[in-house]
Amino acid sequence: MSTVEVPSLTHSPHPTALGLAGEWLTTTDHRRIGRMFIGGAAVWLATMVVVSTILGAERIASDSSLVPADSVLQLFSLVRTLASFGVMIPLFIGLAIVVVPMQVGARAISFARVASLGFYLWLIGSGLIVAAIAANGGPGGGNAQMVDLYLIGLALSILGALAASVSLFSTVLTARTAGMSLADAPMLAWSSLVGAAALLLTLPVMLGTIIFAAVDHHYERLAFGGNEGIMTWLGWAFTQPQTFIYVVVALGVLADMTPVMARAKQPLRGAVVIGLGLVTTALVGTVSQTSHSLNWSGSLTDKAKSFVPYALYNLLPLLGLVIVLATALLAVMSGKPKIIAPYFPTALGVGLIMAAVLGNAVQRIDQAGLAGTVFDEAALTYLTYGSVLVAWGALAFWGPRIWGKMLSDVAVVGLGVLGFIATVLASLPYYIAGFANQPADVASDFDYSGPQSLWNLLSTGGHALMALCVLAAVATVIRARMSGVNATEDPWDARTLEWSVDGGAR
Amino acid sequence: MSTATARTLPAGPQPANRNSLVMGTAAVCAAGTMLMFGMLAIWFKFRDASPLRTDEKGKLIHDWLPSEIKVPEVAANTLMITMVIACIMAQWGVYSARRNDSSHATLSTLITGFIGVAAINAQAAIYMQMDMGVRDGAYQTMFYAVTGTMLVLLASGVAFSLVAMFRATAGRLGDKQVMTAHAMYWYFLTVVFCALWFVVYVQK
Repeated sequence: MSTVEVPSLTHSPHPTALGLAGEWLTTTDHRRIGRMFIGGAAVWLATMVVVSTILGAERIASDSSLVPADSVLQLFSLVRTLASFGVMIPLFIGLAIVVVPMQVGARAISFARVASLGFYLWLIGSGLIVAAIAANGGPGGGNAQMVDLYLIGLALSILGALAASVSLFSTVLTARTAGMSLADAPMLAWSSLVGAAALLLTLPVMLGTIIFAAVDHHYERLAFGGNEGIMTWLGWAFTQPQTFIYVVVALGVLADMTPVMARAKQPLRGAVVIGLGLVTTALVGTVSQTSHSLNWSGSLTDKAKSFVPYALYNLLPLLGLVIVLATALLAVMSGKPKIIAPYFPTALGVGLIMAAVLGNAVQRIDQAGLAGTVFDEAALTYLTYGSVLVAWGALAFWGPRIWGKMLSDVAVVGLGVLGFIATVLASLPYYIAGFANQPADVASDFDYSGPQSLWNLLSTGGHALMALCVLAAVATVIRARMSGVNATEDPWDARTLEWSVDGGAR
Repeated sequence: MSTATARTLPAGPQPANRNSLVMGTAAVCAAGTMLMFGMLAIWFKFRDASPLRTDEKGKLIHDWLPSEIKVPEVAANTLMITMVIACIMAQWGVYSARRNDSSHATLSTLITGFIGVAAINAQAAIYMQMDMGVRDGAYQTMFYAVTGTMLVLLASGVAFSLVAMFRATAGRLGDKQVMTAHAMYWYFLTVVFCALWFVVYVQK
């Protein structure tokens, strides 16, 4: 008998630093591509939180001069852009790219090179966005070339997200293991499918608008309002309800984790799928680029005419979220729950997302008088930080499959609770200040009756606390990676496919 | 017992599932359709917002297309017909691949790509005949933006045809999904060009 020893050259056991860098940069391994997306999102999250803290501090005292007055609009635009295209979209795309192929039993992600290309397009695009705004570009920017660069960066980020979405969309639909029908697919895979489809249908509309705005801005600035008009034309993509589409995967995380925590089979699986789908109906409202608000005045017919589109565009996503939460509750009630650490940040995060969706429904009522106030900013903060908490829970849950180590339960729960407090502090005061008419995207020269300094101080404190949480979370992951406890094959006793396939850490 | 050591090349990525190419192309087509239709929706928005004026026949029209600009309808209509022919050629490729007819599959994709180049040439001819600058006004800026985007999509179609042609030439006709995806992409290009042709060149 002869023995043939065939050493693998794909992953050398002791690669040089250059070799390791080369392996990562040219990788087609979905776990690495997804982790690069998540790592990049963490960097932009830290940037966004710091800028939000500075802007909050600027608002505490009306005579503060931390930020030059002509840069305020650009910094607010930076926060909005990073929240959507720097944090929410890449975070969940990355998470889905890592986990979904394992969940559906695929040997690899479909179009791995397209997903990799998507990461680099997104990375370069988001880098250009930040660089352009730093060099006096972006919405309201004074440097015309940097305004052009901002639009190019945004377009590249969109192309990157679209490329990764094509890859995810194809994986769920065509790379499932034999015997797994679409109805059997895990909820994270489902939410990734509907989320990717929604991105594929909405982001190109934004891309088309960017092409018009960029050509117009580069030449005569006759049609789209120049640098000041960018947010008029593109603002819908950075605010609710379009942003709900960016976090639909977060609901899939909750829907997948709940039965594991509850030790029960998910009842009414079909209803969960419907709930996830309903959240993405937000796309119907957003691609029309019209704010469908409720004007509760006039005759009954007028009220009905106003209510129907309002409900269709703003209440259906809320209904979807309620269905997902209700089915999660059903699962908990039907089983014997054993609380697992990752469930804390996940459940708290989804609660914060709920606060954002509810806030959007209130904001769109004309009689509430919230248009143009900081209320919208607060809803975006709830949504962004809520989605970050869910992602933190997801990383703790699937971490053993990603890097082979367990995160400390104390750190997972502690940072989850701290992150929740930080989010409420950063957002709730602006929900209140919105009713007092504190204007949006303005850092000084506003005055209203009420403790305006207190609201702004609390919000600033919330952002600062979130900055600390982000740093602590990164440190926790690095520590676990280097000296954490090795994970067992199925640490949560989940018994689902991703825990039974080869998923060794790389 | 003897022991031999063999070294292998690094494993490449797992090959994509055959159906995934069609599904991926369908996703790209859906995204591309939203891109072009979104742009046309903005075009409509600007046209509707333009002031009204009376044309030479006494009819009240939107003052959107500057009166000094003449849209070359013959070239635009020829371009439209060319796109339809490209679809027929691409479908011929699918037909040939199903019959393992490498030579006809190669010929069909080559003709499709050639028609794509002809379409790009026709668009360039339209630009030359219209002879207007991108800075001349809002209509001109938007015209170049929307037709330029269509040109980029057309160029990607030509590239897809070349890839499909080389695969057919190499005899990889077991890979019928490539031909199907290629044909689907050209159907998509034709549909979005139909919309663009009607809105920009017919309705003006």
